[in-house]
Amino acid sequence: MTRPGQPGDIDGASRSTRPRATHATRGAHRNGSTPTLAGPWAGYDSGDGWDEMLDGATPRPACTGVMRYLGALGDELLERQQAAELAIRSMGVSFTVYSEAGNIDRAWPFDVIPRVISTTEWRRTSEGLLQRLAALNLFVDDLYGDAKVLDDGIVPREIIEASPNFREACVGARPAFGTWAHICGSDLVRDADGTVYVLEDNLRVPSGVSYMLENRQISKRVFADVFRDLDIHPIDGYPTRLRSTLAALSPRPGEPPVIVVLTPGIYNSAYFEHAFLAQQMGAHLVEGGDLVVDDDVVHMRTVGGLVRVDVVYRRVDDLFLDPEVFRPDSTLGVPGIMRAWRAGNVAIANAPGAGVADDKVVYAYVPELIRYYLGEDALIPNVETFVCLDDAQRSHVLANLEELVVKPANESGGYGLFMGPSSTEAQQEEMRDTIEADPRNWIAQPALALSTSPTLCDGQVAPRHIDLRPFVLSGAHPYVTNGGLTRVALREGSLIVNSSQGGGSKDTWIVDPDVVRLPDGPPPHAERATNRPSA
Amino acid sequence: MTARPDTADEPPTESDPEEVATMLLSRVAENIYWAGRYLERAEATARLVKTHTELYVDLPLSAGVGWAPLLVVTGSHDAYQAAYAHAREDEVVAFLVTDNSHTGSVVASIGQARSNLRATRAMLPRRTWEIVNELHHHVADTGHRAVDRRTRLSWNEDLIRRCHLVSGSINATMSRDDAFSFLEIGRMIERADMTTRVLDVQAGILMGDDGHLDPYADLTWMAVLSSVGAEQMFRRAMGGAVNGPDAVRFLLRDTSFPRSVEHCLIEVSRWLLELPHQERPMAGCAAVQRSLDAVELDALDADGLHDFVDELQVGFAELHELLTGTYFLSEELAAT
Repeated sequence: MTRPGQPGDIDGASRSTRPRATHATRGAHRNGSTPTLAGPWAGYDSGDGWDEMLDGATPRPACTGVMRYLGALGDELLERQQAAELAIRSMGVSFTVYSEAGNIDRAWPFDVIPRVISTTEWRRTSEGLLQRLAALNLFVDDLYGDAKVLDDGIVPREIIEASPNFREACVGARPAFGTWAHICGSDLVRDADGTVYVLEDNLRVPSGVSYMLENRQISKRVFADVFRDLDIHPIDGYPTRLRSTLAALSPRPGEPPVIVVLTPGIYNSAYFEHAFLAQQMGAHLVEGGDLVVDDDVVHMRTVGGLVRVDVVYRRVDDLFLDPEVFRPDSTLGVPGIMRAWRAGNVAIANAPGAGVADDKVVYAYVPELIRYYLGEDALIPNVETFVCLDDAQRSHVLANLEELVVKPANESGGYGLFMGPSSTEAQQEEMRDTIEADPRNWIAQPALALSTSPTLCDGQVAPRHIDLRPFVLSGAHPYVTNGGLTRVALREGSLIVNSSQGGGSKDTWIVDPDVVRLPDGPPPHAERATNRPSA
Repeated sequence: MTARPDTADEPPTESDPEEVATMLLSRVAENIYWAGRYLERAEATARLVKTHTELYVDLPLSAGVGWAPLLVVTGSHDAYQAAYAHAREDEVVAFLVTDNSHTGSVVASIGQARSNLRATRAMLPRRTWEIVNELHHHVADTGHRAVDRRTRLSWNEDLIRRCHLVSGSINATMSRDDAFSFLEIGRMIERADMTTRVLDVQAGILMGDDGHLDPYADLTWMAVLSSVGAEQMFRRAMGGAVNGPDAVRFLLRDTSFPRSVEHCLIEVSRWLLELPHQERPMAGCAAVQRSLDAVELDALDADGLHDFVDELQVGFAELHELLTGTYFLSEELAAT
């Protein structure tokens, strides 16, 4: 399956016909009406980077309607932001931050200005994500099966042998549909030239989807007046899709499946999400102590006695899943659950061991894996990645540390990053030693100029860097969310979007640029009857 | 590539999950049961503070009504004495209403109800959770108005109203499933317990009085009824004048008043019937009901009433143990 245009050129059509506005042409709107960036938008300037909403002062095609609406709001935008924060508090949308002073339950940080993506772009991105997950699942299935990919030398054997996420206990297991990573959150970023890259694939216990759904609830509350007119694609199908993805894994087809969400408990940073998804799916939210394995069958303890469990959507890391097999000191897991899984009496999503593909070293090989398993070119490119285990690539990294971002292979949450461009010589020296001591554990990438999105900061709209985490379901009926969770680095110039490190979030609107046109006439908060185009 | 899926594809249909949704985890059941108790405790404590304040303001100084009885009713006398030397009005009220370190306070009870329901929010209608969550924020934000006598009554009245919003939301939107049963059983046991405590302490004082409260008997007995929100329903059921024996009988045995002990026990048995394996707790509930039916209320003096209330409270504690053994202790369940 080859596609026109270069891989990853997902905004290709519009880019080739519409060159980027230069400083000289900025402000010249296509159809003559020059929208002035006034009110909180006054002075908005995204500089030389790629801004998701505006090309100079001109809205990008899919953003025309949204910008007309937001611009007409003027200072009322600030009130909408306050309304959003109030809604978050009353809905109890929160996440947990660990600190020395104990665990703090923090209100979910949300920026009211949406991030807009055109349907055209999104269609191709979804294709690319499904392609990627198809290959990744084939890869994991292969690794725990015949491991042909290693015999054929596509991925160096020593990378897998040294992987902290390869699980001997999973070798030979045959999960349904050959699917190991049923739920994946891949992080997408856009560089200054407009190209979208996959930055990483989270195949262990990716989180954030509940915040994506809650963000939509919030923006529906605060932008109730415009939602219908902009024809924003709905996203609330996810819990139903997730439920059917999980239900299809039941080892007792024909019976109503008993599905549980296994959480580490109320003190986990993502507990809100675990509870949210259980509620949305009508599944049981369980902790390790609620489950018991008897005769290789998993049961949960209910007020009516033991009830057999068919599918476990686990939000507990592999190593804590079963003290019989992994960490013996784990109190979060279920003794014997791996026996039950291997016997085919219970499905676990994501399957134990799926994290072997969630390794930034393996990431470097994903385009090769797509070619190997699917015979296709990757539709969404990887960020250029240097694998430090490889001698030539390591030499390059060590010689160019000041220009690179160096990442540990198996950390998440944005921890352990080395940012070359802002590093001191002493830090570079230290990094050099660290890499040489354990090259398997490090990769390096060029520092990307992440795209920006207009974001409310202290009463003014300012450009802030963003990424996007869409969620991909694999199995009987693969599915990609309509958009995903947009995360935003709230500090000026910062590239760190993780909520645990001061990042915020935005609602993500998939909008059809050909359908959506708000008329030039009345501002959106005035009479709405004429707002719907008749054609 | 045949495996390439179509995103527009409809998910497969699946049989109705309703049967599954009614299976309640033991841990969740216990959480919900306690949430019911905490919510009831918060409302009852706020009402006690409000009623006692009204009585205190009405009675002359010579009547000698202090604040210690409130501590006795709520069973927090010992905890209070560990922190304070005297039962001063502002300190007692702060201790009972806003002191987060005192687990029986209104604010702490709401906090615990919220965190229990948060841990089990999948079982609760979403709006109900939001109302509880808002209540939690509300008491944290406005608790400073709960102590000052000028704002105390309106704050506590408002709190009671907000608690009713929670009950109303539960009643109007929650399915009558096992989770609902545990919530109700928790509320009813807590409520019956509170009613007996009010009787024990306040009625005990009145009945054992040497006569110096006689001139205010009408007022004080009415305060006893008000403490559990019974004054109006009592008047409708019993006519005008308030007297001790009638009030005691009403609070213990009236089958139609929702805060009488009898009514609470009827409700407990009603919701127990909906649960599996209810034989033992049902027997425990029936035992309390039997002693309530058997006692000769008219023959009780102050000491007799105190002993009888003790007997009832032991019965509630046993009922709680039976619920724990039957439903909450996962070890025992695993063995069945």
